Amino acid sequence: MSKKSNPINEKDDSKRDFLVVSTYALAGVGAASFVWPLIDQMNPAADTLALASTEIDLSSLEEGQSITVKWRGKPVFVRHRTPDEIKQAKEVLIDDMRDPQADADRVANEKYIVLVGVCTHLGCVPLGQKTGDIKGQYGGWFCPCHGSHYDHSGRIRKGPAPTNLEVPSYKFLSDTLIRIG
Amino acid sequence: MSKPKFKNPVVKWIDYRLPIFTFMDHELNHYPTPKNLNYFWNFGSLAGIALVTMIITGIVLSMNYTAHVDYAFDSVERIMRDVNHGWLIRYIHMNGASFFFIVVFIHIFRGLYYGSYKAPRELLWILGVLILLLMMATAFMGYVLPWGQMSFWGATVITNLFSAIPVVGESIVTWLWGGFSVDNSTLNRFFSLHFVLPFVIVGVVILHLIALHRFGSNNPIGIDVKGTQDTIPFSPYYTIKDLFGLGVFLTFFAAAVFFFPNFMGHPDNYIEANPMVTPAHIVPEWYFLPFYAILRAIPDKLGGVLFMFGAIAVLFILPWLDRSPVRSSQFRPIFKIFFWVLVADCILLGYLGAMPAEGIYVILSRIATAYYFFHFLVLFPLLPYIEKTKPLPISISEPVLSGAATASAFATREKK
Repeated sequence: MSKKSNPINEKDDSKRDFLVVSTYALAGVGAASFVWPLIDQMNPAADTLALASTEIDLSSLEEGQSITVKWRGKPVFVRHRTPDEIKQAKEVLIDDMRDPQADADRVANEKYIVLVGVCTHLGCVPLGQKTGDIKGQYGGWFCPCHGSHYDHSGRIRKGPAPTNLEVPSYKFLSDTLIRIG
Repeated sequence: MSKPKFKNPVVKWIDYRLPIFTFMDHELNHYPTPKNLNYFWNFGSLAGIALVTMIITGIVLSMNYTAHVDYAFDSVERIMRDVNHGWLIRYIHMNGASFFFIVVFIHIFRGLYYGSYKAPRELLWILGVLILLLMMATAFMGYVLPWGQMSFWGATVITNLFSAIPVVGESIVTWLWGGFSVDNSTLNRFFSLHFVLPFVIVGVVILHLIALHRFGSNNPIGIDVKGTQDTIPFSPYYTIKDLFGLGVFLTFFAAAVFFFPNFMGHPDNYIEANPMVTPAHIVPEWYFLPFYAILRAIPDKLGGVLFMFGAIAVLFILPWLDRSPVRSSQFRPIFKIFFWVLVADCILLGYLGAMPAEGIYVILSRIATAYYFFHFLVLFPLLPYIEKTKPLPISISEPVLSGAATASAFATREKK
């Protein structure tokens, strides 16, 4: 081939640029749409999502007792609170709290507090369900991992956790039967 | 460089078509290396040997391991009790991780002390920090596989770090888990990644070595090699020195494997994982403790996570944080003192990471964390403006010979 530049090629430069750019763009879109299934397969599978709801019978739960049940692989705390605990949870000023929320907004029946027993800091299970457990400065739950203190309403009062213990969605089916999920 | 002469006709035939022997001769045999390297320069090759040990024992272990929540714990116990030599292979793998981190930490502090991260070795250093990050990810996922209590809760706490990210944090954690808690999907993907990441590390190690061989090793006095009089061929001088160091390393390694195999582990990991009960004190493996202490020192979730990752991030930009043109601490009297303060600070952070997060330990963690970042973000950039460095020798040969005249005479004689 001669070393002289080909005049036809110079005219075609912009056409060629268009072809190059559109090839890259299409290849990019194609690659991205193929990558999505590879990423999304890591999200919860259908059988994991289809986990049944859990029903709990509270009739044998005496005042001052707690039970832990498993829901979606996580512990759920149910505590039958004493009148004193209810009083403390309701009367405390919420303005200074990290995640201010009235006790009334966290319970369906003020006698029973239902919480996801997972510390909102880094996911440990807080202590306070058993009688001998350390319950922290506010008498509710205490996370031993990084020292978060929760009160009788599961609200964060001290320590690194950013939010209150989560209240799962649940319904009272009767006075002493609840369904979580 | 002269072409090596191979006598073996088969080697000759292959090398003509695929110059692999020329390459190895060039990079491992004749490779000119500063003649004043001390024993701290052994730790790079030791890290490489530790990596190979981990890969070999790991592949063998995977032949007997079952990545399922119902069987994982029992399959590890089976390896320990029933599989032929399984106890030995697992203890080598388990302690190998610790020894890998020990040699890598010494390797990193060597680099810090002698300024090995400075121009033109910035990318070499950055690739090294990348290897450290990959090692941490691999080690973390490997620790989950035996499915003990520490495995489970360590995995829960560490994956939950990502929930600190605003808005998308929770979705990311669910995505990492493949469910609503650490469960079977999590264990399966961790096994898959734990298997593949070491080979990614091998890839980055190769890049690390290519970058190293571009300008060669730094050396204890931190000045550039001036010519052939300052170097010796890698083989036999450093191959034999590395081999001697390997012997010493293996003595310690074997002592741990045979006499104290669980010293660096945690007894709670011999209890099968229970998602309903968190152990009283969750501690990560010892090599994560300094970072864990930083995480807990900050009384804010997102802040703690940012500072913890920041502790590694500062290492990436270190070549530009340190403004001193002098590499070696031998000629930086103030920096040298602060270097040892940093070493002590990191050991203190490691100790604090193992202690419960309360009382005096929290306060000490905050002071130690503050010092860590002060050292990197304030001391490194500002110290060169106040520090008076000692005069640098003219060449690598000079300090060992009596005066510059002898050094130059020696140099001319070498050239002949």
